[in-house]
Amino acid sequence: MSTDTSFVARSHEENWLPVLELAVEEVFEIMLGCRVKPMAQSEHKPNGEFTAMIGLAGALCGILTVCCDAKTAGEIAKTMLGDTADSKAEVADALGEMCNMIAGNFKNKLAGTDERCMLSVPTVISGGEYSFHSMAEGNSVETVLLFKDAPITIRLQLQS
Amino acid sequence: MDKIRALIVDDSSVMRKIVERSLRQAGIELEKVVEASNGAEALTALHDNVVDLILCDINMPVMDGLEFVREVAKLESVKNVPIVMITTEGSESHVVQALSAGARGYIRKPFTPDQVKEHVLPVLGRKP
Repeated sequence: MSTDTSFVARSHEENWLPVLELAVEEVFEIMLGCRVKPMAQSEHKPNGEFTAMIGLAGALCGILTVCCDAKTAGEIAKTMLGDTADSKAEVADALGEMCNMIAGNFKNKLAGTDERCMLSVPTVISGGEYSFHSMAEGNSVETVLLFKDAPITIRLQLQS
Repeated sequence: MDKIRALIVDDSSVMRKIVERSLRQAGIELEKVVEASNGAEALTALHDNVVDLILCDINMPVMDGLEFVREVAKLESVKNVPIVMITTEGSESHVVQALSAGARGYIRKPFTPDQVKEHVLPVLGRKP
């Protein structure tokens, strides 16, 4: 039986976070043309009116979520599409695609893992009145960034 | 340069618009753009439309991009239409599977218009 040392070495959450942050920064820079940096989480907590989520299965099993307020989700869609983005469906679609690209970029950075990890299609929840219960209890890493002065939380929960 | 007819296959309407915009930014003039949200819809679209280029995602509901490419390869009337995958799936095995199935190019999301230019123009027989 072979052991993938690169995967084992990344099994602690402190090792996942820089990879996640880099994946997020690249997606924002390439798709939205803006540089974002992680912020201190205690300073900023977004109003979670839009939550995009995507499942990971295989070598990595869990869920990645991107959470922000409605205005910020709208700004993301407008930056991606120009002023033509106006419907709620299009805003949700844009946030779902950002989540999809962050998850894909994250797993593609993990040598030996990307081949054995699958992504679901994204799901987007609008409205903040819900409780989130993931079955993927285990390591969890979170980064908060500012986009046009508004916080966005990206959270990765992985099954142990 | 001649205008082309493109089929863009992605379950995200936002991404379909971004791909179309990237084609225009790459200097490709579009006579017509046909959209489909999964492989099955794309096969129907190919039945009803003549296209010169197909850009296709991999992870889609109903019929994914790899299955779509395999189906296109079986169809005499469209099997020579160049297909470029545009997807978040970046693993070597996905690239190999796509190219083996008949795709001519592979672009990983997130992508820049320059990457679209670099990968799409050659399959249209043009210099990037």
